[in-house]
Amino acid sequence: MENYKLTINGQAKEVTVDPGTPLLWVLREELKMTGTKFGCGISACGACTVHVGGVATRSCVLPVSLVGNRPIVTIEGIGKDPVGRAVQEAWVSEDVVQCGYCQSGQIMAAVALLKGRPKPTDADIEASMGGNMCRCGTYVRIREAIKTASQHLA
Amino acid sequence: MVRSESSGLRWLSGLLLLCTAAFTPSGAVGQVATSKTSRDTGLVAWQQVYSVLTYPRCINCHTATNYPQQGDDRHRHLFNVVRGPGGKGVPGLNCATCHQSENANSTGVPGGYNWHLAPLSMRWQDAKDNILSSAEICRSLTDRSKNGGMTGAAILRHHQQEPLVLWAFDPGQRRDGTLRSRPPLTHEQFVAATRTWVDAGMPCPTNP
Amino acid sequence: MATAISNGSDLNVSRRSFLRVSATAAGGLLVSLYLDFPALAQEPNKPKTYPPDAFVHIKPDGTIVIQVNRLEFGQGVQTALPMILADEMDADWAHVISELAPAADVYKDPLFGIQMVGGSGSIAHSFMQYRELGAKTRAMLVAAAAQQWNVPANQCRTESSVVYGPGGKSEKYGDLAEAAAHVQVPENVPLKNPSDFRLIGKKTRRLDSQPKCNGSQKFGLDVDLPGMKVAVIAHPPIFGGKPKSVDDSASRNVAGVTDVFEVPTLHKGIGVAIVADKFWAAKQARDQLKIDWDFSGLQPADTAQLSKQYKELATTQGTVAASQGDLKVLDGIAEDKRIVAEFEFPYLAHTPMEPLNTTIRFDGGRAEAWVGSQFQTVDQMAIAQTLGLRPDQVTFHTEMTGGGFGRRAVPDSHVQREAAEIAKRFKGTPVKLIWTREDDVQGGYYRPMYAHRVEIGIGPDGMPVAWRHVIVGQSILAGTPFAAMMKNGIDPTEVEGASDTDYDFPNFMVSAHYPEVNVPVLWWRSVGHTHTAFVMETLVEELAVRAKTDPIAYRKKLLKADAKKSHAVLDLLEKNVSWRNSLPQGHAVGYACHESFETGVACAVDVSIENNRPKIHRATYAVDCGTAVNPLTIEAQFQAGSAFAVTQLMAKGAITFKDGYAQQNNFDGYTPPYIMDAPTAVDVHIVPSGEAPSGCGEPPVPVLSPAVVNALTKLTGKKYRTLPLVTV
Repeated sequence: MENYKLTINGQAKEVTVDPGTPLLWVLREELKMTGTKFGCGISACGACTVHVGGVATRSCVLPVSLVGNRPIVTIEGIGKDPVGRAVQEAWVSEDVVQCGYCQSGQIMAAVALLKGRPKPTDADIEASMGGNMCRCGTYVRIREAIKTASQHLA
Repeated sequence: MVRSESSGLRWLSGLLLLCTAAFTPSGAVGQVATSKTSRDTGLVAWQQVYSVLTYPRCINCHTATNYPQQGDDRHRHLFNVVRGPGGKGVPGLNCATCHQSENANSTGVPGGYNWHLAPLSMRWQDAKDNILSSAEICRSLTDRSKNGGMTGAAILRHHQQEPLVLWAFDPGQRRDGTLRSRPPLTHEQFVAATRTWVDAGMPCPTNP
Repeated sequence: MATAISNGSDLNVSRRSFLRVSATAAGGLLVSLYLDFPALAQEPNKPKTYPPDAFVHIKPDGTIVIQVNRLEFGQGVQTALPMILADEMDADWAHVISELAPAADVYKDPLFGIQMVGGSGSIAHSFMQYRELGAKTRAMLVAAAAQQWNVPANQCRTESSVVYGPGGKSEKYGDLAEAAAHVQVPENVPLKNPSDFRLIGKKTRRLDSQPKCNGSQKFGLDVDLPGMKVAVIAHPPIFGGKPKSVDDSASRNVAGVTDVFEVPTLHKGIGVAIVADKFWAAKQARDQLKIDWDFSGLQPADTAQLSKQYKELATTQGTVAASQGDLKVLDGIAEDKRIVAEFEFPYLAHTPMEPLNTTIRFDGGRAEAWVGSQFQTVDQMAIAQTLGLRPDQVTFHTEMTGGGFGRRAVPDSHVQREAAEIAKRFKGTPVKLIWTREDDVQGGYYRPMYAHRVEIGIGPDGMPVAWRHVIVGQSILAGTPFAAMMKNGIDPTEVEGASDTDYDFPNFMVSAHYPEVNVPVLWWRSVGHTHTAFVMETLVEELAVRAKTDPIAYRKKLLKADAKKSHAVLDLLEKNVSWRNSLPQGHAVGYACHESFETGVACAVDVSIENNRPKIHRATYAVDCGTAVNPLTIEAQFQAGSAFAVTQLMAKGAITFKDGYAQQNNFDGYTPPYIMDAPTAVDVHIVPSGEAPSGCGEPPVPVLSPAVVNALTKLTGKKYRTLPLVTV
């Protein structure tokens, strides 16, 4: 067991866990931040996506020992960011969600996309969102919402 | 930074080994000797270098395609990972989305500093994933218009120090706890072979 | 599940339901359903705590809480059912909150007789129920206002949670709630004329978007209780296996591990459970178990062998499911006027995004369970049975759920039984059982593997005169409590979509074989239609192409005259596919038309080939689902259902077995569609209708995959009769 100091959504947090524990389970079980989801555990579905040092990151495969001092942003905190807020609003206005379980990860990936490419093409969307699975299949509305958010941010 | 210490130690011990075992007089690191090393000796050394470059741990990131490969069967990288403009993926799906600056052994994800794909000019495969011949790769590697302007000394330094080259010799464990396979040479042998080849003037096989 | 489990009259006649109203402590109105006890129906009692029975709760502040008698797992029922009730009630939609009802008799499906989601019946079966509840609630609020104002009720009208009376009088529902709790419950109230609907038929955004977009929505896997433990199970790798010996010494040494012990699993197997403080410790401990398994007496499944056996079986006639005319006419038809087509479909896992899980706390005389369940009644009973309790001693919370597609409606409730076995050992301590994705992909309950063989004889006009169809695959129903749905040895879940086809074949026979295989099977979104529609619609398109007839026109000609919905959707589709006249080079259009769950669907897709895979640029759907309660949800179900349907076209869209072992264990080996695999754009056109609503959860799925391969065939000239689509 090791002690780790983390900065999550701007707040200092401290946990004592096995160094190999994935950040996902530190968030969900130690810090009770359950908005970040467990989907596959092998970085295949993207439901666990958070931002670590500004990079969309699969928290299910990131051992907490490798976080270092990089700040973490989760779905619970992304609304404080203007791009994050625009994406969340677009998701609601486009009625994207169905079961909703993958959408935390979809939103976190979409925010990273729009920060890197404020005017994404369909091809950009497919490349950047290509690792985020939605079993309900809400992809058509995910595309629409990303474009809507992009327009609102322009 | 546990790993950089241990790999540093490995690197140092490699150097020590080289100092005692190398056949060629060891000049300053990276200095190309106009040595007595013959072209034939150089070509033998190159084949050893080639065996490492084309090993899955290395060639999987020297693809000709818009995606990296994975595994000893060099399959297309899962989860729709793409090359992206700088070889580091695209926003939202970067290499760093999963790959950290060191191996994540508890989850089986390999990692190294600045994880990325080699540029297309350094592809060691064709568009159908066939491995290029020894002569083809040698020509690319020694072509400074393709290799990022590297001299022989710089290539040797790349093989000695580049974190992702070092990673190939310490590739960590898979998700199921088994170890990833390593190239046919140790890092020390790989550097020694590169040095011999560089000392011989970087000869390339003449066959196509 | 296409067939009713029990007659709807159960609830309406022999077990009459009565409304009961009561005041809440805080002064609101609680409208409840009451079963069997008419004498108590009007008892101005305090509301019961368990089992609960409320459907509507009007709070003094005007908030209206509506209980949804279904699981919400994406299909939008948590929005649509309240819309129905709120419309009849003339409630202010802005003040409506919906909650998922726990397990209780009053929340059973009025047609199926158990509390469940299945057969795309949530709206279809509860439409009238929710309308009546809304109308009666409104009538009581009006009666309360009328009494207060001393005017006849028929001089009052309602709008947006306000009762208006003569002389400019008005009162809000919230203020009338307490008084309404003391008025006589009306026996019969007239329902609205559909032209007066304010919410039904109007595109209405989901009520659950906000919490699902900011991380605050709690799903079953997010349940967190004081002192809770987490459990994982090492399941036998062959169904029904048992441990011969277990070395758990390393596992017990993992920090945070509480206990390691054997638990019964499905098919009479035994697994090894690990209980720990946290998931990661439990998983680490499971990874370090050394188990020597005993597979004696088990038949290890091998899909390569099954494929051969099924193909062979398909050449013989099975149990007849439908028959008309005489198939002997086939013998008189020339070879070049006949088609013999063999199809093969793999096992498919549902893999809902939220891994399966169940949390239970056993307190000795009672238990409490938190489950994302499509089968509340069945799962509650299974937990009770395992713990030696009566079902009503198990408080059963329906948790918001991350998808299901049938996987959370398992007749043997195996996940809940496992969780109950574990909870039994930890009396007083809640335990959350988590199935990892590996457990899910390898753990059984798949869409069965099937083989089809169809022989068609074509008449001089290019229309089929004879159609002999044999289907081979495990029965989903046999051996389960739902076996009663089988009639004359026919499992309808295997032949639906073929035996009851809307097409008119003068000489026609569908028969089925049900081999037994040691692989648990289950309904998978749209059930039998996943494979029957593929066979019917690829062959009908082939016939149309052979006849050099427009595939839409050909289908219209082949349809039975009384197949009203199929005719309507083909007409509507035709009006909305003008894009097919200007397809880019390298693109082709494919069609399909298929009725399922009483909803008619037709579809056209624009497909090209990119990176050796089908690229679906566009899908146009036409739908006849009767009254469209929430057209926005229907549109979304079809858009997203089209992506779900691509699952069986994916290169890695199959579960295969070798020597009894599943060959895939996560999304790397079994890969459902990502964004680039799904249709890029989907437009949905709904046939205007005042008929009773029919389902929209499953009907989007059957048509998409045959439409796509029909387009591919035009591009490549190849036939695609073996799924998954490994190569194009």
